[in-house]
Amino acid sequence: MAKKEYMFYPGCSAERLASASNYEVSVQAMCDVLDIQLNEIPDWNCCGASIGYAGGGELPRLALNARNLAIAEQEHPEQDIVATCAACWLGARETKDRLEEDSTLMRETNEALAEAGLKYEAKQRVRHMVEVLIEDIGYEELGSHVKKPLSGMKIAGYVGCQTNRPFGIEGESFENPKYLDKMIETVGAEPVEKYDKKVQCCGGALAFSEPEKSQAMIKDIIEAAYDGGADMIVTPCPVCQLNVEVYQGQINKKYRTKFEMPVVYYSQLMGVAYGKSAKQVGLDGQVIRARKLEELADKK
Amino acid sequence: MADVKIGAYICKGCGLGERLDTQALATIATREGKAAFAKEHDVLCSQSGVDMIRKDIDAGEVDRIVLAACSRRAKTDAFGFDTVAVSRCNLREGVIWTQPDTEEARELTQEMAEDYVRMSCAEVKQMIPPHPNELAERNRHVLVVGGGISGLTAAVEASRAGYPVTLVEKSGALGGWAAQLWRRVPTRAPYADPQDTGVAELVAEVEADPGITVYLNSTVTRTSGAPGRFAVDITAESGGTATENFGAIVQATGFTPYDANRLPEFGFGKSPDVVDQLGLEALARAADGGAIKRPSDGKEVRSVLFIQCAGQRSTAKGHLPYCSGHCCNTSIKQAMYFKDSNPDIDTTVLYTDLRTPGKGEDLYRSGQRKGVIFTKGVAQEVKPGGRGLQVRFKDLILDQEVEVDADLVVLATGMVPNSGVDIEAALKKEAAGAEGGADGEAAADADAAPVQEVSILNLDYRQGPDLPKLMHGFQDSHFICFPYETRRTGIYTTGPVRRPMDIAQALEDATGAALKAIQALENAALGRAAHPRSGDLSYPSFHRDGCTQCKRCTVECPFGAIDEDEQRYPMFNEARCRRCGTCMGACPVRVIYFDNYSIDTVGQQIKAVDMPEESQEKPRILVLACENDAYPALDMAAMNRIGYSAYARVIPVRCLGSVNSIWVTDALNGGYDGVMLMGCQKGDNYQCHFVKGSELAHYRMSKVYDTLEQLQLEKDRVETHEVAITDIQRAPQLIEAMAETVKRVGLSPFKF
Amino acid sequence: MSDLNTAMVEKYRNSFLKEVEANVEEGEWVKMCMQCGVCSGSCPLGPYWEHPPQEIFMMIRAGERDEVLKSTSMWMCTSCYNCIVRCPRELPITHIMHGLAHYAERLGIAPRQNPTRKFALMFWDNLSKTGRVNEPVLGVGLYFMNGIKEGIRTALRMAPVGLGMLRTKRFNPFAFLFHRGCKGKKDIHKIIRKARELELAKAAKFGG
Repeated sequence: MAKKEYMFYPGCSAERLASASNYEVSVQAMCDVLDIQLNEIPDWNCCGASIGYAGGGELPRLALNARNLAIAEQEHPEQDIVATCAACWLGARETKDRLEEDSTLMRETNEALAEAGLKYEAKQRVRHMVEVLIEDIGYEELGSHVKKPLSGMKIAGYVGCQTNRPFGIEGESFENPKYLDKMIETVGAEPVEKYDKKVQCCGGALAFSEPEKSQAMIKDIIEAAYDGGADMIVTPCPVCQLNVEVYQGQINKKYRTKFEMPVVYYSQLMGVAYGKSAKQVGLDGQVIRARKLEELADKK
Repeated sequence: MADVKIGAYICKGCGLGERLDTQALATIATREGKAAFAKEHDVLCSQSGVDMIRKDIDAGEVDRIVLAACSRRAKTDAFGFDTVAVSRCNLREGVIWTQPDTEEARELTQEMAEDYVRMSCAEVKQMIPPHPNELAERNRHVLVVGGGISGLTAAVEASRAGYPVTLVEKSGALGGWAAQLWRRVPTRAPYADPQDTGVAELVAEVEADPGITVYLNSTVTRTSGAPGRFAVDITAESGGTATENFGAIVQATGFTPYDANRLPEFGFGKSPDVVDQLGLEALARAADGGAIKRPSDGKEVRSVLFIQCAGQRSTAKGHLPYCSGHCCNTSIKQAMYFKDSNPDIDTTVLYTDLRTPGKGEDLYRSGQRKGVIFTKGVAQEVKPGGRGLQVRFKDLILDQEVEVDADLVVLATGMVPNSGVDIEAALKKEAAGAEGGADGEAAADADAAPVQEVSILNLDYRQGPDLPKLMHGFQDSHFICFPYETRRTGIYTTGPVRRPMDIAQALEDATGAALKAIQALENAALGRAAHPRSGDLSYPSFHRDGCTQCKRCTVECPFGAIDEDEQRYPMFNEARCRRCGTCMGACPVRVIYFDNYSIDTVGQQIKAVDMPEESQEKPRILVLACENDAYPALDMAAMNRIGYSAYARVIPVRCLGSVNSIWVTDALNGGYDGVMLMGCQKGDNYQCHFVKGSELAHYRMSKVYDTLEQLQLEKDRVETHEVAITDIQRAPQLIEAMAETVKRVGLSPFKF
Repeated sequence: MSDLNTAMVEKYRNSFLKEVEANVEEGEWVKMCMQCGVCSGSCPLGPYWEHPPQEIFMMIRAGERDEVLKSTSMWMCTSCYNCIVRCPRELPITHIMHGLAHYAERLGIAPRQNPTRKFALMFWDNLSKTGRVNEPVLGVGLYFMNGIKEGIRTALRMAPVGLGMLRTKRFNPFAFLFHRGCKGKKDIHKIIRKARELELAKAAKFGG
């Protein structure tokens, strides 16, 4: 199979020593096996995320995203843009969709971009890494690379919000998307059936500003995974990963729970199943160690 | 009955041959059933099977046949022998599909089949081969009463189908209320703007149609006869009366707008700037596309507020309890009159539940796009003040009292049906009074239609001059199954007299009613029944010598088909009859019969069942099942192989209303251990095809309990159930439950 | 109250809906709400909204300008997009809420002490400075957004979280000093400045 190439938008959290650096590491390991080449958008900038609205108005946020898209278009117009972060994908795709359907916004955005000598024409598709895996590679192919099936592991597929809404993955429902469960099955593990917090909000950016309200929701997300007999939670979103993983100590204190639920990325599951080492898939980046996964990765 | 020639035909297809001893069945048919012969066939419904039967009929070998095969509801085309009496012996759905296919079950299954063969032979012996009524008449002329949009449409549709029409209109012009509209709610994509009413074109078509005769300023002063031979007096305001004959009648008398003077709280009558929806149409017509001006001072309206559900969907005294259906769309359309001429005019629709079904949703969205403000709230008061009117309302979303100014207020009041005299008013009053003194009186009062009651059809039926009403004064006989049917055969209601509706619905409704009228007059011409037993050639007759002139049949007939002659004997207007047999069920002396359905056709079946001796411990449960719902439900249960007790013997009846108590008491005397009646839902939301049958049966069975007491039998042995056609799980369960009851209370002591 | 706010009140007297349509992101959708309430029922933080989205839409139509713009409600939006995908009228509710919050902020009447508002502003400043988010600066800024005293308390409470991140190399203490951001940060500043300029000009035009 020929090498697949994409323009890659990693996003702020994927930078070295940033909160989702381990996600980035595992994505690279996974793409290595799947023969996917990610060409990073030169000098990409932040998408504004969902919380940028207070300071940034509609047009500044669209223009900010359009800068990335315009640079990508300049670089490799024939390649799709792929993002790994849910917020980056959402911001970029939303920008593309809205500019495409609203010629006034497109004109104004280009007026702003012109300040930096850029022009945007909405030539490329903006996609999430999960879309690439499912649509361009396919479950069958994804499964064919599995060397170490994750047998005996039960995993709660936590899809969260922004990989699922408002765009979501083609053919999936907003209320009960199945793709993460299918990916869990593809790597030989067992998905938690009827994981009812699958698309529950973790609080997103409000985990910082409204910690108590957010942690109440996070608690439910983890509890439901335990109820389903999960060994770990898997997610496609860096904010979900961060929020659900790092506050478990605080939640334990407040709710007298004893949570110690590893929260990993789908790319880490796949990396391990494809025979990569724990370090190669960034498992050393887990605040709560995913021991079962590590053991399997270390097994010769 | 000397020349009774019964042929029994026993099918071996569909597994009958394997599951049953068909030879034994044939023997029973000839020996016990007195059939001249019994023939077995591998697949009776096949061409060769049908040919075999046909040959015997044509050769005059038989005049009555027993088809021991599948349910009467199956293979009706193959087994359509209409020159002989036919009894369908249900061995497939009734026996082998409801009993387990096991060796142990074989004996009881065979006994069941044998009983059904005995029953069919007994039934067919009592039947008289059908012959059409010689009095049948064909009159292709349709009368349409009412010249509004419904009546005009019915007239045009009937005329287009080739049936001459006479249209009677009370006022001096055609078009009704619709002719007073400025524009109508759109019927064409994108359903976004008010549209031309189209009334002028419709009126022009009627006036140009040589097949349609129009009487203006005229009313119907007398209607007599029956489908195929109605005689109607049409009297002009000026005096002259013409009498014409019609095959069928369409009543399209529409509605009267609710009298907004009953809503003083909303300022109607106190300020000319409070109008109802028709009032606004008049203002819009006067404006002729320009700025709409308010009546008080001719100033251009800058703000208008619509109050939805004004005096309707309300339990308050004198208000209409129902939704008139069109008013939400109408207000949106009217708000557009303003927005389309000047987007800066404030238009607010004050609603509690906006109801804009179907394409109305597009109109609603279009209204929102045009800037009409929709506020969810309850209007409390409208009074002159401020710069015009002050409206006080409770905002239901924000939970606060709000007061706003408006130049004009439009009240979305409801439709009151022009349905004539309430012929059951006396009965209702009686019932209300029985329920408890003052309360009952108040209830009857509140329910009173706010419009002066004048008879519309002036029927000379003994039941009263107009059609019976179902609810809130609307005329309707069967909302779920046959919405057009009234309880007067051959007379169909359409438009808002039937239920509240808008123009689009009325157009469709009127087309349906015209076709129903045509169908009725054609059926009458052939002496056939109308819906739901359409095609049935039988009609009720009675033995004069036994009749006690008790009038129960004439009173209980749901369709007003029976009059009394000078000597107070019943006089059957067979064309009005729906063949339900309610008269037969009512008759205490059992003198009423149909050729193909009588006290004996059922009674002899009940007697034909082999009654095992007590020592055999094989109970018998008689199930009298309504052929419209309960019997099909049992058939469908069988198709799903949902079984029931092998001790049950099911007999289909036309309606529970046709069940004469004698069948039940005879069954109990004859040793049956349990009797079940399965009919349709009764009460206000009845599903009985003949309106009252199920209700009457329940009432009559309550009397049977006295008999049970006399016989010293347990009350549990007789049950009456309401069974819907969808009860395919429940109906068999009910039979099972009766089998359990019999087990509990023991076998009947009346076995011989 | 800012001058801008006074000007807007004057301009749209009695018609807050028109003001929203002209100035708020996706504001022209507000009139299309049919008050079913699915948005309010779908919001994960629904119970904490002073006025849930359905009510906000009604208040806009009812002209309750101050109550809407000064409300903390919109600042409860987690951007989960549940309301958007469930709205039977397909209103971009999330965007409208963001837009209302932004507009209130622009007018200077947003609730000053709301933590999400503070964090959101900080976030925007952080990212627009270099083009990329500097997580540690943002995090520490967050702790101290309610003053030094509470900041130290928060920092102590959050220390285990930070240490965990540090240990797993998902937190870079040196970024305080050495976070580079985008090379084209000057370009980014220019783009943002221009975009803001265009947006304000448009608002002025529609309003006038």
